[in-house]
Amino acid sequence: MLGKLTWAAIPFDQPIPLIAGAVVLVGILAVLAWIVIAGYLPSLWREWITSVDHKRIGVMYTLLAMVMLLRGFSDAIMMRIQQAIAFHSQGYLPPEHYNQIFSAHGTIMIFFVAMPFVIGLMNLVVPLQLGVRDVAFPTLNSVGFWLTATGALLVNVSLVVGEFARTGWLPYPPLSELTYSPGVGVDYYLWSLEISGVGTLVAGINLVTTVLKLRTKGLTYLRMPIFCWTTLASNLLIITAFPILTATLAMLILDRYFGFHFFTNEAGGNVMMFMNLIWAWGHPEVYILVLPAFGIYSEVVATFSGKPLFGYRSMVIATMAICIISFMVWLHHFFTMGAGPNVNAIFGIASMIIAVPTGVKIYNWLFTMYGGRVRFATPMLWSIGFMVTFIIGGLTGVLVAVPPADFLLHNSLFLVAHFHNVIIGGVLFGAFAGYAYWFPKAFGFRLVEGWGKAAFWCWLFGFYLSFMPLYAVGILGMTRRMQHYDVAEWRPWLLVAGFGAVVVLAGIVCQIMQLVVSIRDREELRDLTGDPWDGRSLEWSTASPPPVFNFAVLPDVEGEDAYWTIKSRAREQGLLRGEPDYRDIEMPRNSATGFVCAFFATVMGFALIWHIWWMVIVGGVGAFATFVAFAWRDHDEYVIPAAEVARMDRANREARLTALKLAGSSS
Amino acid sequence: MTDATLSYGHGDPYQLHGGRPHEGPASKRIVTGYGFWIFLLSDIVMFSCFFAAYAVLLGQTAGGPRGAELFDLRSVALETAFLLISSFICGLAMIAADLRNALWFQIGMAVTCLFGLGFLALEFREFSELVGRGAGPTRSAFLSAFFTLVGCHGAHVSAGVLWLLTMMAQVFAKGFRADIMRRLLCFALFWHVLDIIWVAIFSVVYLLGSAA
Amino acid sequence: MNILDPQGPIAAANKTILVDSVAIMLAIVVPTIIAIFAFAYYFRATNTRAFYLPNFAHSGRLELVVWSIPALTIILLGGVAWIGSHELDPRVPVAGTGSPVRIQVVSLDWKWLFIYPDQRVATVNALTVPVGAPLEFELTSSSVMNVFFIPQLGSMIYTMNGMVTHLNLRADQAGDLQGLSAHFSGDGFPDMLFDVHVVSPLDFPKWVEATAKSDSVLNADAYKKLSQQSIETGRPTYRLDDPRLFNDIATLRIPPGPGPQLTDNVAKSKSESGAANVR
Repeated sequence: MLGKLTWAAIPFDQPIPLIAGAVVLVGILAVLAWIVIAGYLPSLWREWITSVDHKRIGVMYTLLAMVMLLRGFSDAIMMRIQQAIAFHSQGYLPPEHYNQIFSAHGTIMIFFVAMPFVIGLMNLVVPLQLGVRDVAFPTLNSVGFWLTATGALLVNVSLVVGEFARTGWLPYPPLSELTYSPGVGVDYYLWSLEISGVGTLVAGINLVTTVLKLRTKGLTYLRMPIFCWTTLASNLLIITAFPILTATLAMLILDRYFGFHFFTNEAGGNVMMFMNLIWAWGHPEVYILVLPAFGIYSEVVATFSGKPLFGYRSMVIATMAICIISFMVWLHHFFTMGAGPNVNAIFGIASMIIAVPTGVKIYNWLFTMYGGRVRFATPMLWSIGFMVTFIIGGLTGVLVAVPPADFLLHNSLFLVAHFHNVIIGGVLFGAFAGYAYWFPKAFGFRLVEGWGKAAFWCWLFGFYLSFMPLYAVGILGMTRRMQHYDVAEWRPWLLVAGFGAVVVLAGIVCQIMQLVVSIRDREELRDLTGDPWDGRSLEWSTASPPPVFNFAVLPDVEGEDAYWTIKSRAREQGLLRGEPDYRDIEMPRNSATGFVCAFFATVMGFALIWHIWWMVIVGGVGAFATFVAFAWRDHDEYVIPAAEVARMDRANREARLTALKLAGSSS
Repeated sequence: MTDATLSYGHGDPYQLHGGRPHEGPASKRIVTGYGFWIFLLSDIVMFSCFFAAYAVLLGQTAGGPRGAELFDLRSVALETAFLLISSFICGLAMIAADLRNALWFQIGMAVTCLFGLGFLALEFREFSELVGRGAGPTRSAFLSAFFTLVGCHGAHVSAGVLWLLTMMAQVFAKGFRADIMRRLLCFALFWHVLDIIWVAIFSVVYLLGSAA
Repeated sequence: MNILDPQGPIAAANKTILVDSVAIMLAIVVPTIIAIFAFAYYFRATNTRAFYLPNFAHSGRLELVVWSIPALTIILLGGVAWIGSHELDPRVPVAGTGSPVRIQVVSLDWKWLFIYPDQRVATVNALTVPVGAPLEFELTSSSVMNVFFIPQLGSMIYTMNGMVTHLNLRADQAGDLQGLSAHFSGDGFPDMLFDVHVVSPLDFPKWVEATAKSDSVLNADAYKKLSQQSIETGRPTYRLDDPRLFNDIATLRIPPGPGPQLTDNVAKSKSESGAANVR
């Protein structure tokens, strides 16, 4: 009746997950209770859950990412403490538990922190930068978000119902096959990622179509902000790489569920094929993450240097070069599998070649600062911290791209330090910079600077304290994923690394404080002009937060740095351009499709994991019915009358008149 | 530095001199079709992974039967004919939709559906026969790859049939509304691309496999 | 296990490439990092003495330099990578003194089996080799993927079931080293460390002779017992009667290891007994 699910699935005999699960459950129930009792539920449903507005969806993606960062970081600090303690000792985490923790840590950080963070920022900002009202497929956007949330939910459910995978964040066979991982852990992983993978693909299709087909008048490709270019490159990678992940995980699912032999030891399965397929996805994946971060830095460094970005065209070329080359380097993840010298050397050289456009970007940011007037607001601090940190990570990356060096460093903690160096220093710092930079646009008030700067310094020092020792201990021969060890020379480094994790924790606490204090003091921190940073691109021409339709009339763009052009002319002439011709605006209606579809997807995923076949059918039928119900809608848009549009826009124009200290507007 | 600097307010900093001016966001029909094409391309990438797995595992028969011993080329030819005909009829149904002719549209879609179901029936028969002979997907890696590649295509055809029936119901209930027309465009693209994938499958799997 | 303290030519060559590559890159990276700090500091908004170039956004000459620096570095390192990959490929035989010692390695859950087909002995978790002789490894796995790695002797290589990988090393100093598995393989993975005893060319045959007197025989049955999931805290030794055993393992004539037998991992009870037995 309930497949493999029994009461034994709940870890009553393991205090740590039991208590953690109970605390989280109580917390969630408390928040839900508060929402219902305070009467927020109807507006939560109307304004957020069923919203198809890219700004709302972007915020929800980012919120998901930040909440999951707490979960992923808890895993991290548990691991660091274990490795600090477990010298000639089993520590406090037995192997089967520790192995789930490092697997969950990687899975959550990549799929449910980094991906939603960058997708959220791209969703929030790109339509505004392109001068349009929304992405190409707003309801599909909502579906994509809620399916991602489904994946995150399933991974977290595994903490209290059953177990998670014990294979690492990429489930290499044969370890991940049924023979060697008979439990439900790998199944949780597989279904969670298959479902959220659909969500990611949907976001990819949406954003590519938006950038290529939905730009305002006059916004040719070479006038787009670099963030839009990196969005294009990143999402092109999503649509070409994620199908590979879908197919590969599907093959593993078929092996585990139906006894197929894609990757089994017997009957001709090929383990090396899994390595090739999964990394053919895996390498583009990391560029999917870092390219939007590069775009954020381009925006931030230009704005806070008071100058246009240096070398716009070569930035575009570098971005697209990285996009294409990222598909040609995957073998560097398994140089030691024995492919032979020619193959190893070619992939090694290709991996180094990708460092060239990346280096060019660093120099372009450097020369953006040159001759500028650099303001050290929090986003700029993150950017400068990134530049230094990422270069070090890039150096170690090019190092392990040399096969003979990799023969000593593969899978060691040196490698772990390298990829955290580039992911934290590159992706996460960029996400934090974007968060601080665009927060006022999303919510209408700034984040308080003091806590923001404290968070930055804690993260920066915490990162170096955590990961520089890991480089050292990798040189001393320590490999990754060790639940305990007996080598005395490794211990001091691991103790420092453990302390570093505590410093990062302080940084996270500062970020939470920043948010709490900023919300409390939001009236003093109000962004009244829509342009708190003296920005250069079109999103700063809207109010903070922008009206649902973004722009009363879609702008007509005449050059790069579209909003800077408008502001410069306004300053020169002392006037705003005349009032536009206000018309009615049609906006897409909200829809519960995303949320309901994801509900059924969760049901299906859970049922597939536990082999509850009747529930699978219920979930599948429900999801299909949801789509049919959506297709049966008669009214998919609503109208905002011209008068209302005019009223909102006039308020924005007043605010800008004040901000630019202009005399008035031309009529 | 005395090199060229960027000037503002000039529309042509890179001296492109003309070119087609960018008129603004594209129409809904173009955007929908474009987005759906991108989805189809991503689906083709997924299929190419199954093709790649098939190629890698081609020789891994684990002492079991090879393709040449298993494939019934007559059945395959019939399946191909069914799919091609269904695509052609689908094209006719779309023309009827463009002409807003509900009767011929429904007839065309129904015939398309029949041929699609015929394809699926033949494929189901082929699969059950293979399983009955002990040449099911659990026999060897080669057979796993074969069943997955061909079966994935069959699953897409099944989903397509479900979609087809839904579209018939939609047109019946609401007529040829603009959003329904856009969905028909997407459906037609999907159905035709399935044909293209089938061409690749019968060439790579059945024809090449039988020749070996 | 310090890779910067090589005990053999392969490790020494790998280390040289590692150090040289880092040095080449530091030559670029250090000035760049200094420039980042310098520019950010000098051009800070509060520094009114600094010049302001609000329109400086393009410079062909600068672009040429900016593209050239990484490109030239990569060309140099690419050459290092090409030559190094060929010279240090694991399959390339290593020259040495004395006759080559063939060692067949099987990674099991969760221990290492070393078969000496020519000497007709086998050991678990302890590898004894003569100084200066070429060591020719053939590797496979009984079950899941592992990586055979002796950090101070050089390159690591994957072990995979149903396949044979190859590695060539040489140890140039007598002494004791350590090896490990560098690829996570399950609950007993952290205990897959093994001892490496590098002995003089005279002591090696003596060791072989002593080991060949072992009571235990390594045959298919003994191997099947070894392939059950467990952690090995001792260092058992075996006689090897049939030198084709490795071949049977690698071609799956002997089936792969069975994996966990109970709903709880067998390793759980073993690992809770504490690491006191290890070395």
